[in-house]
Amino acid sequence: MSWFGKFAYRWVVFVGIVVVWQLATAAADDPFFPPPSTIANTIYHLWLSGPGSQLFLTDTVYDDVFASIGRILLGWAIAAVIGVAIGVLLGRSRTAMDYVNPLFAFARSVPSPALVPVFLVLLDIGTPAQLATIVFGVVWPILMNTVDGVRSVDPIKEETARAFRLSRGQWLLGVVLPAAAPKIFAGLRVSLSLSLVLMVISELVASRNGIGLQMLIAQRAFDYPAMWAGIVLLGVLGYLFNTVLLMVENRALSWQPERHTGH
Amino acid sequence: MPTMLEVSGLGHTYKTKDGVHNAIGDVSFTVNAGELVCVVGPSGCGKSTLLRTISGLITPTVGEVLLHGDPVRGVPADLAVVFQDYSRSLFPWLSVQRNVEFPLRTRVSARAERRERAREALEWVGLSAAGGKYPWQLSGGMQQRVAIARALASRPSLLLMDEPFASVDAQTRFELEDLLLRVRAEHDSTVLLVTHDIDESVYLGDRVLVLSKSPGSITTDLDVNLPDERDQITTRASSEFVELRSEVARLLHGGEPATRPSPSVPDTAANDRFLAAERAETHSTSDT
Repeated sequence: MSWFGKFAYRWVVFVGIVVVWQLATAAADDPFFPPPSTIANTIYHLWLSGPGSQLFLTDTVYDDVFASIGRILLGWAIAAVIGVAIGVLLGRSRTAMDYVNPLFAFARSVPSPALVPVFLVLLDIGTPAQLATIVFGVVWPILMNTVDGVRSVDPIKEETARAFRLSRGQWLLGVVLPAAAPKIFAGLRVSLSLSLVLMVISELVASRNGIGLQMLIAQRAFDYPAMWAGIVLLGVLGYLFNTVLLMVENRALSWQPERHTGH
Repeated sequence: MPTMLEVSGLGHTYKTKDGVHNAIGDVSFTVNAGELVCVVGPSGCGKSTLLRTISGLITPTVGEVLLHGDPVRGVPADLAVVFQDYSRSLFPWLSVQRNVEFPLRTRVSARAERRERAREALEWVGLSAAGGKYPWQLSGGMQQRVAIARALASRPSLLLMDEPFASVDAQTRFELEDLLLRVRAEHDSTVLLVTHDIDESVYLGDRVLVLSKSPGSITTDLDVNLPDERDQITTRASSEFVELRSEVARLLHGGEPATRPSPSVPDTAANDRFLAAERAETHSTSDT
């Protein structure tokens, strides 16, 4: 199949649904459900009609959209560092997990959004509280997957590493992390989508800027096309993040037979 | 010939849920430089435990191992191990070349030299062309050759092999046996190889050590006076070979060597548990 053929094959259902949606909403003419064409027009006016000096992006893209993206990526990155570091330590210890398991099971069950009021009391409204919400919510999948991956390192590989007298650093970076990498990546992907969710929730509750806040303002002003534009933007961001991470993952794990595409 | 390895009074006991399991009893033997010595024993006689205590991977409960005179505490720098299960001992995320190169980091600091040594070791085992491939892209026999190259690349004074050819088919096993004989002749390596295969021990060895049932101890130290030049067809058909293999088989099945005292009566219950564990292990690894 040609490149275009493959592309068309993958997107035909998506485009079909949008067309049906367009026809249905145009026919219904309901203010709560603006047609996609109206949403697209709103997206253009809201975000893509800026001056050339700003790459045609409007001020709100710089003030709100980039702020939100920054929070997602920073929160996710902090969670990744904490999750992998603690996960490796706990996973390599025979007993540590037994001690902290009840604590983790409890902490994991607390929905991160429920802690937003706590973070608001402890931290500043805005980015610090939002980052705390994201990190607390998304660290668990990374942490638990890392523990799992690190624990599953084959005992024969451990003996091999010892037989070759690998140093502690070579053992951790050269054997444990690569062996755990498939599981770690699975955790990272779950966490990235979760970061997006928590970013929106934290911005809806307490924020000075961001996509979530703008959606809330639009909703309160009965500006439904702008609210829908925010929803579409979040969908696009989630899709892009996942696609990029999948590309990185495929590259990092290209040694796996099922991912291998040849040289 | 100078003594390379000296094992004296070696014994190891595992603590298990239901008491202690005496894996190896009282093992003493020596290996001279340049020799290829095979240890043959029935399943569950503690062959793997023996190899792991000699390599310093586990500390023996009693006894001592000396590698060219120095007591072994932890894995010595000039010793290399080839494990039975290549698919688990090779690193799947590294190319063949990198697999051989990686452990050299502990002894060779220059990257270029590591690369050169790995390339050379792959050449010894006839895998020059496979350096860029991943282990799973090779057949089982080729993967075990990678593991052998990896062990040889560090130029060890003693090469320990734990049932290295037990996971490949018979045809490949013959090829790998001949490869081992060629490589050790070319590099004058000292090899201690553990196997349960009687024919293999006689075919490969300069000497065969027969291990008794658990707790394993050496019942016989047999010289193999076959010519150095060996061949899968003519050697195995020769009357000397047939005689030796019958002798080893007789000893393994409880036959008494003329001059030695009989081994102590084994704890059969513990032995069964160990056998079951080893069978389970063999099953979980042989399906890869």
